[in-house]
Amino acid sequence: MTIPENLPLNDEGFLTDPSVWNEEIAKALAEQVGIELTEKHWEIIRWAREAAADSGKAPTLRQITNGTGVTTKELFKLFPKGPAKKIAKIAGLGKPEGCI
Amino acid sequence: MKTLLILGAGTGGTMVANKMADHLDPQEWRIIIVDRDEKHYYQPGFLFIPFGIYSQRDVIKPKRNFLPPSVEVIFSDIEVIEPDKSRVILRKDNKVINYDYLVIATGSHIHPEETEGMVDGGGWQKNIFTFYNLEGAVKLANFLKYWKGGRLVLNVAEMPIKCPVAPLEFLFLSDWFFHERGIRDKVEIVYATPLPGAFTKPRASAILGGMLEEKGIHLVPDFNIMEVDNAKQVIRSYDEQEVEYDLLVTIPTNKGSDAIARSNMGDELDFVPTDKHTLRSRDWENIFIIGDAGNVPASKAGSVAHFMLEVVIENLLRSIEGLEPLPKFDGHANCFIESGFDKGVLIDFNYDVEPLPGKYPLPGFGPFSLLQESHTNHWGKMMFRWMYWNILLKGGEMPFESQMSMAGKWA
Ligand SMILES: Cc1cc2nc3c(=O)[nH]c(=O)nc-3n(C[C@H](O)[C@H](O)[C@H](O)COP(=O)(O)OP(=O)(O)OC[C@H]3O[C@@H](n4cnc5c(N)ncnc54)[C@H](O)[C@@H]3O)c2cc1C
Repeated sequence: MTIPENLPLNDEGFLTDPSVWNEEIAKALAEQVGIELTEKHWEIIRWAREAAADSGKAPTLRQITNGTGVTTKELFKLFPKGPAKKIAKIAGLGKPEGCI
Repeated sequence: MKTLLILGAGTGGTMVANKMADHLDPQEWRIIIVDRDEKHYYQPGFLFIPFGIYSQRDVIKPKRNFLPPSVEVIFSDIEVIEPDKSRVILRKDNKVINYDYLVIATGSHIHPEETEGMVDGGGWQKNIFTFYNLEGAVKLANFLKYWKGGRLVLNVAEMPIKCPVAPLEFLFLSDWFFHERGIRDKVEIVYATPLPGAFTKPRASAILGGMLEEKGIHLVPDFNIMEVDNAKQVIRSYDEQEVEYDLLVTIPTNKGSDAIARSNMGDELDFVPTDKHTLRSRDWENIFIIGDAGNVPASKAGSVAHFMLEVVIENLLRSIEGLEPLPKFDGHANCFIESGFDKGVLIDFNYDVEPLPGKYPLPGFGPFSLLQESHTNHWGKMMFRWMYWNILLKGGEMPFESQMSMAGKWA
């Protein structure tokens, strides 16, 4: 699967407009970071989209573990290296603001 | 009589008390400030203690000396804030204070117990230390005095931390310190960080990363610590990477105050949800937040608290007059990074613009160089202590503007 040509991405590959997101795009973005999406992944991604719709920004790692009940360890298995960043990317949200 | 209550008499709270005492009529207003600790700590000085550059007496002074006589100072733990009732309950005598306006300046605090095996595994303050509080910095100084060398690992547990450049400064100063001691060849210095590089912002990250490399400091990026294995002397990440240490220096998880947690007013790390431009609470119109206590996406640093001051004061005064607060805070941060061998680097940035090279504060002239090592930057850092005690805490004029300027920068 390839990323659609005209997708609004920033130079780090984050979607700049969350409203164009759909499940096909999510699959393509996931594939780009080497993840094949299972039901467990989807659950977390859907939760992240809802959280972002409420707060206006991508959730942090701690918000995700608190909100989904999935442990940090498991999140690292599902989304290796930086789960918060990868979840934000696949869910079509901006880069998490966490790091300053 | 109306009441302005300030919680926390650290950098931010002290500045607000001084400024508001000038603005408010004492016939009409009483200003109360509460803190649990009678001592004011110059936290940027903690960095220099492990290396014997500063001692305890350089970084502690009585809080009272920095507060105007017209301000009522209460030394007590803050038990709980009840924002719906506009009141605060103190631990001392269960005293209740009703307020008209509240300023939260309760800071950010370390929680090493958040990481498994950190404090409860046997190595705490034997070969695991932190310099993020005074006690830890002093213990580390004693340890380093006699250390013969080995593998020093500096680890940041998770972001955000206050003073995000302090880990880099600690690494640069370690390199210098072991050179001076003549044992640099016996010490391996490793930096394990959850960030993807040396720093959070790309241009600065590249330059500072280059400096680590030049100094022979090994960077382990994307390292999210899960536990400390004291028996094996390794730190282990959530994705099962291991980094061996002989000496572990940790910058533990940072959280807002216990009082914010008890009051259920914080986010998942007990930082208070704050409007990032007006610095007013997102939930209560008569509450403003200054410094590390809030959740604005700016660096948690004394210099940032200073840049917030003008905005908080103006917006408090506007609210008292019944006007809407103005969205004036731009996230301005300005940090001297001590880089060892009497040199330093200066970075200046805000919400929208990352640190760039150039001259500061006078365009083209300086005297400080941005994103570049210089001796002048080091003297700037050393002068900062004098300015902190003598000008900054009293809310006096500093030679820097609150809003960031692009003049003198190479974009
Ligand atoms: C090692 C280190 C190096 C640093 N270097 C720099 C630097 O070079 N430049 C820079 O600009 N900044 C630096 N900083 C950061 C700077 O010190 C802080 O950002 C600044 O002090 C924040 O001010 P504040 O008012 O928000 O919090 P603080 O100054 O920490 O004050 C918070 C106050 O609230 C009180 N408090 C909290 N909870 C309660 C309670 N429940 N009851 C009663 N009292 C309570 C505390 O006792 C404390 O006095 C450094 C920090 C560290 C740790």
